[in-house]
Amino acid sequence: MTERAATTDRTPARPARRRGIMAWVDVRGRRLGGWAFILNRVTGLGVLFYLYLHLVILSQLAVGPSAWDSLLKNWFLNPVFLVMDVVLLAGLLIHGLNGIRLTLVGFGLVVDRQRAMLLALGTIGAIMLVIGVLMFISHGG
Amino acid sequence: MSDTTAFRVHRFKQGDEAPHHDRFEVPIGPRTTVLDALTAIRRTQDPSLTLRHSCFHASCGTCGMKVNDREVLACVTNVRELGSAEVVVEPLENAPVISDLVVDMGPFFARFNAADRPLVRESELVPGSHPAEGVPYAERYEDCIECGICVSACPIAGTDSTYLGPAALAAVDRVAEEPRGADVPFALRLADDPHGAWRCHLAFECTEACPSSVDPAGHIMKLRGSLIGRRWRRTPAEPVGARR
Repeated sequence: MTERAATTDRTPARPARRRGIMAWVDVRGRRLGGWAFILNRVTGLGVLFYLYLHLVILSQLAVGPSAWDSLLKNWFLNPVFLVMDVVLLAGLLIHGLNGIRLTLVGFGLVVDRQRAMLLALGTIGAIMLVIGVLMFISHGG
Repeated sequence: MSDTTAFRVHRFKQGDEAPHHDRFEVPIGPRTTVLDALTAIRRTQDPSLTLRHSCFHASCGTCGMKVNDREVLACVTNVRELGSAEVVVEPLENAPVISDLVVDMGPFFARFNAADRPLVRESELVPGSHPAEGVPYAERYEDCIECGICVSACPIAGTDSTYLGPAALAAVDRVAEEPRGADVPFALRLADDPHGAWRCHLAFECTEACPSSVDPAGHIMKLRGSLIGRRWRRTPAEPVGARR
């Protein structure tokens, strides 16, 4: 009986035709699951960027009430900022809802329903986004 | 009726500084496949074009390549059904290019064969088959034709050169499902690695691209489920240094 080590020769003889990190964002030829993969990464980075931006904005509170009021008046009620709010909400919905799917499937659950789940969560996300936009318009207008 | 279609084909020979694309005009009929067109280019325009093929009916898995950015078997890809004025043909990704459209499958087979998955299934026979007289039953082979398309489509294989890959992981799961004398603990230890089943990021491109309905991503997720179950039961790798 021979004992075997659980390793294989994983070193290619010559460099592979490998896209590197571009493979993660290259949309050419991608299918539904590939688009979800790309969107999850883009929205993840976007939400991370927003977190830091949010902290920078909140730091204005430390400056004083006038600084915060000025920020509210000049920036938060600006239509451009409202569009950015919509983009943020879309990013959060995509990342959050797809995250539910990835968590379930990643644990080996409902794997054979992952595509249907992606479509269902995508529909729920679109409905929530429309509701969110209507709320932004009614509150911001 | 025959017309012509333009093919832009990846070219690279050992010693070349960089790959380039050559353009060919090829007469196309309603049933012409990409493989037909490429062999026609070899026959009538450029005999130095290198490609690999064998069976012409999606069984051998040797003509896997990228056509218009998607991994396909060239032998069953109808040119007209692509619906493009120019067809771009490139070798599979994530494998070293030997020449033009031919990649080195050595690293792929080294990983795939490590799982040591038997070829003939025992759990399922060919449904509705009528074996010849004297033949007790029709055997069914495993679905995977070892074409490497899943590894090419996988974005993770593009960034992690040590990733075991969808085909090998699916083979491990098949060993776990139906050992047929194979070394299950060894195969599971192979998969239970940061560059094994846990490296998959669920793009499901392998499953979508697979021409043989193997569903590698489904197998990887199932494998994860059973590996989690084993850890939960505190039997992570069964007898370490498993023997056969």
